[in-house]
Amino acid sequence: MLRFTDEHEWLAREGDVATVGITTHAAEQLGDLVFIELPKVGARLVKGEAAAVVESVKAASDVYAPVSGEVTEVNDAALADPASVGSDPQGAGWLYRIRLDDPSALDGLMDEAAYAAFPK
Amino acid sequence: MPFDALRTPLHALHLRLGARMVPFAGYAMPVQYPAGLLKEHLHTRAQAGLFDVSHMGQIQLVPRSGSLADVARALETLLPIDVLGLQPGRQRYGLLLDGAGGIRDDLMVAQCGDSLLLVVNAANKAADEAYLRAHLTGICKIAVLPRALLALQGPGAEAALARLAPEVAAMRFMDVRAVRLAGTSALVARSGYTGEDGFEISVPEDYAEALAEALLADATVEPIGLGARDSLRLEAGLCLHGADIDTGTDPVEAGLSWAIPPVRRRGGAREGGFPGAARILDAIATGPSRTRVGLRTEGAAPVRAGAPLFAEEAAGEAIGRVTSGGFGPSLQAPVAMGYLPVALARPGTRVFAEVRGRRLPMVVNGLPFVPSGFKRA
Repeated sequence: MLRFTDEHEWLAREGDVATVGITTHAAEQLGDLVFIELPKVGARLVKGEAAAVVESVKAASDVYAPVSGEVTEVNDAALADPASVGSDPQGAGWLYRIRLDDPSALDGLMDEAAYAAFPK
Repeated sequence: MPFDALRTPLHALHLRLGARMVPFAGYAMPVQYPAGLLKEHLHTRAQAGLFDVSHMGQIQLVPRSGSLADVARALETLLPIDVLGLQPGRQRYGLLLDGAGGIRDDLMVAQCGDSLLLVVNAANKAADEAYLRAHLTGICKIAVLPRALLALQGPGAEAALARLAPEVAAMRFMDVRAVRLAGTSALVARSGYTGEDGFEISVPEDYAEALAEALLADATVEPIGLGARDSLRLEAGLCLHGADIDTGTDPVEAGLSWAIPPVRRRGGAREGGFPGAARILDAIATGPSRTRVGLRTEGAAPVRAGAPLFAEEAAGEAIGRVTSGGFGPSLQAPVAMGYLPVALARPGTRVFAEVRGRRLPMVVNGLPFVPSGFKRA
């Protein structure tokens, strides 16, 4: 199940774990990425709080946790090659995986069609 | 984009080229083109980049007396540089100072024979014009020229511009010359803001697009946005007014004493006589307490403007601040500039920058970060 937030993040849920990344639109807006910072495995994330940082040449942008839960995995390949987040943000450039406190937390988020229509 | 943003004469061209436009100093400006900031930056260092800098102010000073020396002498009361000694066809870097020696703006002064032309920062041009009018109206006519300004920068700039006007190849760094280009009389200066060889080309607004198209028709020339302009100038160790220098910094601590020549210093034939002179000449004699430095990180995280600097990883009060910072595409590493106490400003000194609550090690680095390519000989 693929869901999108109005902060331009995507979540793909399998069971009670969701993979989180930034959308293609967000990556295009940020431009060339040169550095990313991800939460630690085991960290508790609270919805709405800064969870990761993506930095372009010009600026640093916080990526907020779209849901609450515990980080189970981070994308080490993206840490080593931040450009991959920019070039394939909804694929190889995923950021982290989170065990959802509440698996129904994604229910209120946009599906692909709704996000496509969401004003950007 | 604010709908009242001013447009440069190249606005339609930027849109055709697919630029992402952002508001900057009241103008809609291209921050990057489809190639993206990294490629634009590296292209400029490798070949040639074309920048629209028409938002900058071009202020012409024409002497009422007919004698340019009268304007030069008057301008020396505002700028601590040698304007009287500026030869026709040459330009100099200068600083507009306030009474405390703070930097109101930095600019270029070109000697055009019968007039002086000042090129000032976009964000300051209204204030600079008002300031010049307040001090110089009796001496000269002051006009903000309705002209575009294009910068062609990079090791391929000479060849690209010389294909349109062969005589530019003979120009040296900081030469200024009237050149026939794109069917009009252009004023070409061999200077720029990237650390590379290159030219800044002033043309009447109506000719700007034709000139830009003629330059972009060259296979070596790509359009470059403000994003890469900033990363290029940062790697070149060049100050951005409003960030690295402002009314809270003086030329000595900013490392810009070189712009104050002996003739305006203690013992010089025209010593002092500019705003803040006593304080600045004292600072030249005694040395500043803090100074602008280059900084590199040990890790991969960029350190941005505003980050406080500390002597120790764990404790203490901030001893300085980062004033410009980001990623240097040519170095493939973060780069920054900031101010530190002179005792901690030697290259190799380790300090710490606070970023998102953590203190990251940084090492003082000489400036520029990349060697400059100016054509001096």
